[in-house]
Amino acid sequence: MSDASSTPLNILVLVKHVPDAQFDRHIDLDTLRIDRSESILSELDEYAVEAALAIAEDRGGPKAGNQVIAATMGGPKAVASVKKALQMGATSGLHLNDEALAGSDAVATAKALAALIKYAGDIDLVVTGMASTDAETGIVPAQLAELLGFAALTNASNVDFDSASGTLSITRDHGADSLTLRGSLPAVLSVTDQANEPRYPNFRGIMAAKKKKVEEVSAADLGLDASSVGPAGSPTRVLSANARPARGAGTVITDNGQAGIALVDYLAEQKLI
Amino acid sequence: MTSALVFFDALGQEPTKAQRELLTLATRFSPATVAVVGEVSAPALEVLAGYGITSVLQAPAADSFQDHEVAALEAAISSVNPELVLLANDSFNREVAARAAIRCNGGVITDAVDVAGDGTVTKDELAGSYTTQANAASGVLLVTVKPNSIEDAPAGAGQQPQVQDLQVAAANSAVQVVERQAKVSTGRPALSEARIVVAGGRGVDGDFAPIEELADALGAAVGASRAATDAGWIDHDYQVGQTGTTVSPQLYISVGISGAIQQKAGMQTSKCIVAVNKDEDAPIFEIADFGIIGDLRQVLPQAAEEIRRRKS
Repeated sequence: MSDASSTPLNILVLVKHVPDAQFDRHIDLDTLRIDRSESILSELDEYAVEAALAIAEDRGGPKAGNQVIAATMGGPKAVASVKKALQMGATSGLHLNDEALAGSDAVATAKALAALIKYAGDIDLVVTGMASTDAETGIVPAQLAELLGFAALTNASNVDFDSASGTLSITRDHGADSLTLRGSLPAVLSVTDQANEPRYPNFRGIMAAKKKKVEEVSAADLGLDASSVGPAGSPTRVLSANARPARGAGTVITDNGQAGIALVDYLAEQKLI
Repeated sequence: MTSALVFFDALGQEPTKAQRELLTLATRFSPATVAVVGEVSAPALEVLAGYGITSVLQAPAADSFQDHEVAALEAAISSVNPELVLLANDSFNREVAARAAIRCNGGVITDAVDVAGDGTVTKDELAGSYTTQANAASGVLLVTVKPNSIEDAPAGAGQQPQVQDLQVAAANSAVQVVERQAKVSTGRPALSEARIVVAGGRGVDGDFAPIEELADALGAAVGASRAATDAGWIDHDYQVGQTGTTVSPQLYISVGISGAIQQKAGMQTSKCIVAVNKDEDAPIFEIADFGIIGDLRQVLPQAAEEIRRRKS
């Protein structure tokens, strides 16, 4: 039996360009789509990039032929999130950029990403964040596993890669239990913000990233026809959107020594106790 | 009328609050079938009957992770061919819905707060800053519903439901369960479905005792901001917000949390927000229904004591 640890890994990490959650975010009420003008790499995807790089490094990193492809689906500006991943240490980039994909729901997105992963070649491991910070569905990783026929190791708060056997063990919550799950490659791994501490790009990483290649592809390059992407390929449709009415400030009191009692009076008045 | 299937990955003798809410929602649809993984006990059947459920599909339990539940849901969908499937909103059931949707050519909507009789789903978007309405464009629609969105209301005593065994093809599982460890139970309600949440942030400065005391007086769940969990003052399981648990309780008491935009994500859909903070400029006061500028170490014990006094 050959030693699996000598075989280089092809890892693909998915990154998403999302509106910065530190500021107010908006839905365009005409298009019913999220306003993506002020976007950054989804914070939760930084943990995915870190997990992918750490696993590649376990096998000897890029010098030993291990690849970490940072891939995204999004408009022209989304390439910025791929570049951030390249600065962190991903080896190359892949950008699915096609106006026809705008407005894809979770299922249509998963199908397009599965096609992108197949296009990338012989991928052993797909790594993602636990959810995007914009749509927040957290379901695309499981759908990718389903579409690709890969093991689904999702919502991992701890990841242990056994380099010799090529198996992944993860810890995840399930109801009142904490589970340890194990699966072999090929797999889809999604990680939570508890899984690791993402590295910051250093000067060398930033300089090296300038020389790394980002390949841009269209839906047609992946063999996706117009009826399978965007709104046409989405089994759900958004009918309307409304901003939540702003919460007005209520009564604010300063504690005069009796504020605890005032709080209980308020709760009783509101029939909350 | 829209037909619906309610899917439970497990059903105890006493269904959970979130499960009762799903059963309440199911009374809007006809026919409404419940599919359960594992044997349905007599007391549980009685509860189902109380929501007017007449048909139950019972799949065998299996010691695998998720693959069996996905196969069971797939089998239940092929068996009753519903227009709508209702599931819990936790990460496990969201994934079960997501994978079954791929197999059955359906769609998925998560974080629903309401589903109308015609199948129109209302959901929260951008951490509760927006709500959207959406529906199925094609195929079966699988919807995961946030806890505390529907008022639990049994529809009166019905007849005993008919239980039918569901044949589920053995899943060829690529994932093994190596270890299963029960987490330590606090005896408090689950954060995701609690009616009342008392949450502490940076301002508690390492000491959650006043938060826990008030929570216990109120029968509430304890929550924490990311700053508090990152500081190691309390376990990550208590974290409210985007990377923790999203909550939508009747009452959310925010203590020593400034209320920056990310902190609002995950709690701003609470019906009533109370804030206690010593900083009068804390942004939390802009969204609080009732705010107290003061020291939490004074205010919380006094409030807890007063609640206990009034209860006794």
